[in-house]
Amino acid sequence: MKELLDITNLTKKYYNKVALDDVTISFEKGKIYGLMGPNGSGKTTLMKVIIGLHKQTSGNVLINDNPLSYKTKCFVSYMPTENFLYESFKVKDIVKYYSDMYPDFRSDYAMEILKEINVDIEFRVSKLSSGLIGKLKVALALSRDTLIYLLDEPLNGVDVLARDAIMDLIVKSYNENKVFIISSHLVSETEKILDSVVFLKDGKVELCGDAEELRQQHGMSIENLYKEVYK
Amino acid sequence: MEFNNNMPIYLQVIHKLKQDIVTGKLRPGEKMLSSREYSHELGLNFNTVARVYKEMEMENIVFTKRGLGTFITESTEKIEIIRYEMAKELLENFVNGMEHIGFTRKDMVEFINK
Repeated sequence: MKELLDITNLTKKYYNKVALDDVTISFEKGKIYGLMGPNGSGKTTLMKVIIGLHKQTSGNVLINDNPLSYKTKCFVSYMPTENFLYESFKVKDIVKYYSDMYPDFRSDYAMEILKEINVDIEFRVSKLSSGLIGKLKVALALSRDTLIYLLDEPLNGVDVLARDAIMDLIVKSYNENKVFIISSHLVSETEKILDSVVFLKDGKVELCGDAEELRQQHGMSIENLYKEVYK
Repeated sequence: MEFNNNMPIYLQVIHKLKQDIVTGKLRPGEKMLSSREYSHELGLNFNTVARVYKEMEMENIVFTKRGLGTFITESTEKIEIIRYEMAKELLENFVNGMEHIGFTRKDMVEFINK
């Protein structure tokens, strides 16, 4: 396997739970993946292992053939579900903070996106609506120039218009050398931007494949397939 | 454009483009948006749109000029063939639907002419 992100026999155990159970999967560059499954299926754990926040119990993760280390961290941009932004900061301060923290952060690009998606840089985070915070988080993650983008529930708590704006942002960020992995409960809204989908169940890969092929094969949408798989 | 997620999306985009060509919304020889631009416009995955262009090129409905872009065919015969094929499909659906509710071919023709 020589894809951008190769995961082999990955297992992550906590004292009373197996969060990831012998997961083997490859993520190819130039694709947008939907990582799906109910709460507790292992999606966030998988992302946290890739970004190095959790150490795997066993198994291998290779990024461009390099095993996970402090060196591979720079290849991954992670957007967690929670709102992690300092409430008292103004948006422009957050942008400055990111640009100080990450050498690969593209400030001009970030400013452009924020303007396009109507996030006022003079506003304090505490004053932003959930829709604007959602857009801001995604914009920050996508403004880093890395190879792997992990977005954990980017549409959570976000209104319909902001959701469309976020998906447009992801579509526009497409790059043949990068890979995007998006976890989402809102399957019906996200499925049209996905190349491939991965369904996790109890820490295992239940199903994965090309979205269009799955539609053809099963004669139904990814959302309906999801309902079948998890019912 | 709204998409039905229950069937392959690329097929729906191809269908829409064929309609636009047949109705003249897209003129013969007209330059199309790049796959990238079109994917942004439709809010779709880039690879889906790239596939649409590739399939339509294989069917000779569009052609690519290296470095210049992708263009609609200039052949009016080809466009007529597309129109004919679309009409055939619509007709098949119509006939099947009407037969299902008990119309004969003769009935159908009379009904249309009314």
